[in-house]
Amino acid sequence: MDQRLAELRDTAPAVPDRIPISLVVNGVEKRMEVAAWTTLLDLLRNTLDLPGTKKGCDHGQCGACTVLVDGRRINSCLTLAVMKDGCEVTTIEGLATGDVLHPMQQAFVDHDAYQCGYCTPGQICSAVGLISEGQARTREEIRDLMSGNICRCGAYPNIIAAIEGVLGGTAPAQAKEDPA
Amino acid sequence: MRAFSYSRAESVADALKGVVGHGETKVVAGGTNLLDLMKADVMRPTRLVDITRLPLNRIEETAEGGLRLGALVTNADTAHDERVRSRYPMLSRAILAGASAQLRNMATNGGNLLQRTRCYYFYDTGTPCNKREPGSGCGAIGGVNRIHAILGASEHCIATHPSDMCVALAALAAEIRVTGPRGERTIPFEAFHRLPGDAPQIDTNLAPDEIVTAIDLPARGFAAHSTYLKVRDRQSYAFALVSVAAALEIEDGKVTAARLALGGVAHKPWRDQAAEEALVGRPADAGSFAVAAEAVLRDARGFGHNDFKIDLARRAILRALQDAAASETP
Repeated sequence: MDQRLAELRDTAPAVPDRIPISLVVNGVEKRMEVAAWTTLLDLLRNTLDLPGTKKGCDHGQCGACTVLVDGRRINSCLTLAVMKDGCEVTTIEGLATGDVLHPMQQAFVDHDAYQCGYCTPGQICSAVGLISEGQARTREEIRDLMSGNICRCGAYPNIIAAIEGVLGGTAPAQAKEDPA
Repeated sequence: MRAFSYSRAESVADALKGVVGHGETKVVAGGTNLLDLMKADVMRPTRLVDITRLPLNRIEETAEGGLRLGALVTNADTAHDERVRSRYPMLSRAILAGASAQLRNMATNGGNLLQRTRCYYFYDTGTPCNKREPGSGCGAIGGVNRIHAILGASEHCIATHPSDMCVALAALAAEIRVTGPRGERTIPFEAFHRLPGDAPQIDTNLAPDEIVTAIDLPARGFAAHSTYLKVRDRQSYAFALVSVAAALEIEDGKVTAARLALGGVAHKPWRDQAAEEALVGRPADAGSFAVAAEAVLRDARGFGHNDFKIDLARRAILRALQDAAASETP
């Protein structure tokens, strides 16, 4: 039996080596070794201790995992970490400046643009990407260009209002203007 | 996801070397479809070759007056490119009708051509599927088949091709540039995707050791009179039940050239050249367009739940051609 087990052990496929990569995550350079099949989402949440990015469907259908890579919004669940070697990643944890919220975060607070909050980090990162893409001008265009972010609570009207506010520069008072 | 090994190609030659002789190797770029299918255990490559660093990420003018879309240009960058927008508005519109903004930021032009069907039986490894497991049968025939094909299907497979972009590319008569160990070649768009026949596991005529390098758009973009109409279960971020790319050239109220392609109805983007030719010389009006719609659907056949698509397609063709005739700029 021992010999049979030894033979079986020898026929097992070799587990591929972990691959060294470096990423700039929220402005900080991170060097690590990853398995090829580790998604950017799992790397952020499980290895880099950044659980703000959420795993919803894990199939690119819900948008909860949306982060910015080199400034563009993508689904981190359908992204292999190893393929983003050398890239800059911004997550919900990286948007605020110290205690001052990013204008989009502040707009979500001001417009009460969430209920349970699970989709919110993805919604906010997606909305930041939408603004920098510069393709949305009308409410209808915002709705279409935010369709990759699902909100099961149905907070869409306030989410759209928050984004519209930032887009039009009419967001309610920003945190930085608050003397308190 | 099952374990696999990974390598990054530094050149096209490097990528081809990586693909040759490795049956279970897949090329990966945007990853939006392949990684999803790997998570679902539908595709099980043991090796991925990352081609994202190859110099195939430009949109360039061709000598013939058209545009060459690099295989690695993202769907978003293609749709928003000013040259594509102004000269091929139907293509821009089709791309933007597909997926979500995040996915379009990831997905590449080459990958869009090679995406696989969204048939639920293909995705469900607990059911038979000739595309996933040749010889196992088709779960959709006699099963739930609301989203399935009404044209060109076979007794082995009634899946549809899910792309929006490809429907516009079919109507534009684009050409696919590929390269492999036997050198470069160009595949006319219509010859790129296959009908299922008795080998539905083979989606395209791209050889397993070749990669797509670019999509060439001919000079003729039908910018004045064209549209892409997509009918789906929700207004955004859903696959087409039926879609229509319609393009016309009109002089003195008469059609001088026509292009008509459908999505969501067949195993490949469905262009009907006979229907296009029948439009030429006729007045650009609803009567002519209705005749064209009938011609496209003369052999259409439903499988139960998708019977509605035949009528839906007829109406969508009529409306798309009317919209195209009316449009001056998108």
